[in-house]
Amino acid sequence: MKRSKFAVVVLGLVMVFLYLPIVVLVANSFNEAKFGGEWAGFTFKWYKALFSSQNHAIWEAFQRSIIVATFATFASCVIGTTAAVALHRWKGRLQSIHYGLIYTPLVMPEILMGISLLMMFTAAGIGCGLTTIWIAHTTFCVSYVAMTVLARLQDFDDRITEAAYDLGAGPFYAFFHVVLPILLPGIVAGGLLAFTLSIDDFVITFFVTGPGADTLPLKIYSMIKHSRQMPVINSLSTLMLLMTCLLVAASRLVANRRRRVRTR
Amino acid sequence: MTRSGRWAEWGVSLPSFVWLTVFFVVPTLIVLSIAFHAPSSDGGFASGFTMETWKAVVRTPYKEIVWRTIWISAVTTAVCILLSLPCAYSIARMNTRWRAIVAGLIMLPFWTSFIVRVFAWRTLLNPEGFLQHVLIALGLADASVSLNYNSGAILVVSVYSFLPFAIMPIYTAAEKFDFSLMEAARDLGARSFFAFRKIFLPGVKRGVVSAILMVFIPAIGSYVIPDLVGGRDSELIGNKIYQRTFPDRNLPHASALAAVMGFSVLLPLAWVAWMIKRQDAREAKRLAEATARKLSGGAA
Repeated sequence: MKRSKFAVVVLGLVMVFLYLPIVVLVANSFNEAKFGGEWAGFTFKWYKALFSSQNHAIWEAFQRSIIVATFATFASCVIGTTAAVALHRWKGRLQSIHYGLIYTPLVMPEILMGISLLMMFTAAGIGCGLTTIWIAHTTFCVSYVAMTVLARLQDFDDRITEAAYDLGAGPFYAFFHVVLPILLPGIVAGGLLAFTLSIDDFVITFFVTGPGADTLPLKIYSMIKHSRQMPVINSLSTLMLLMTCLLVAASRLVANRRRRVRTR
Repeated sequence: MTRSGRWAEWGVSLPSFVWLTVFFVVPTLIVLSIAFHAPSSDGGFASGFTMETWKAVVRTPYKEIVWRTIWISAVTTAVCILLSLPCAYSIARMNTRWRAIVAGLIMLPFWTSFIVRVFAWRTLLNPEGFLQHVLIALGLADASVSLNYNSGAILVVSVYSFLPFAIMPIYTAAEKFDFSLMEAARDLGARSFFAFRKIFLPGVKRGVVSAILMVFIPAIGSYVIPDLVGGRDSELIGNKIYQRTFPDRNLPHASALAAVMGFSVLLPLAWVAWMIKRQDAREAKRLAEATARKLSGGAA
């Protein structure tokens, strides 16, 4: 049958639109010119600058981002998984409130969560720093993990748990030896999402950060704001893009292999 | 339910309940309550109830900022939907292999740093940047035209940032759509666009509704985009909340603006929930009537 040419053309233009800024950014990271409007020759100097001792603060910020993301991922995986189990297992009044509690942060604009946490920390007299960033990140990651695990629980056969009980397993033994291994892929997927969201978060972190606790996005933002070393941001961004692509490709590969094993 | 069952339910629900109550519900209530206090000289808020903050928020120039935020978000949403429909349509018409590749390519930017993408646009729109050079070379603009730091730049970058979130839900709906219906319409003499509008569009309605929410809500809450590519006369609520919180240290005003933003988000959500409920009720009624007709027809 005839395909709509118009729709395909729009799709092509949208793809150009989506990748144009990224291509220009990557090209500029190898561009001798400082402002990147014109091509002034190929260079690696912005990469060298990125790894020079002058830009040590970038790597410190990167380290902090990794630390916060790791802890936030761990906490949100624990809390999110218990939430998903409760939402799946029971269907009463309590769980419908619980569902609302999990769902609302997903539709709340980030800046609102940032300002409300800041005001609570201020009201409670808590000084802001890495701990408050960790609390904030855990709070918004819980909902994403819970939703991901809940989706996985939808094709979970509850008779498996019952079988474990019938064979004499207690609730804890059944959870850790039967339910958890089955849920693990869902938890890993939720954890990956949480890690990505935490490492990338700017707005909420911006509100609850304290002196000396800047994460990588905050560091990049202040470099942009003060127009400091723009070409170095290009090289840093290119490396980040490369890392993301490798991670996405790796997770695709793992998912495909698992699918193949399962269908066998 | 048995007694131990209820204890177990509370026990398993407790971690998320406590965490989200303490770090989500309580802070939200604090923000709402601070909006009813006057600012104090030390940058906090005074005790004692007042409506002054709300009166200030209703008056100018906040009103202008609120309206600008709403219309920029509305235009962003409209453009995203108009672009997403043909995209989702053509992806859904591809074979499975290509579908996965193209859908993956559309989502890939989402996995990269948001701040980096906005920065890329800022460089692109810069007077010394790539787009200005291209436009001048094509004779479409001269050096005096500024691409950056205005509402237009906010609009372009917002569409860029939120477009994948509009394409994906519509594509998911389009994937389940039965395209033989379109062929049938065309065989019966319908023009392509007519078939698209009357058959495809109603078929992916649910996807369109969730796409609208996925774009409109973050657009209302936007801060980074207007901050990095917007100008002085294109401030949005997000900028104002930041400004009142940090440089001005007027927490009651920041709180009141946050509440306004919250309502602007809740309103469309409530509207959609109501629509879905009404539609479900209507479908249930239609089904009941059809069944009744069939039954009575069978009896006759």
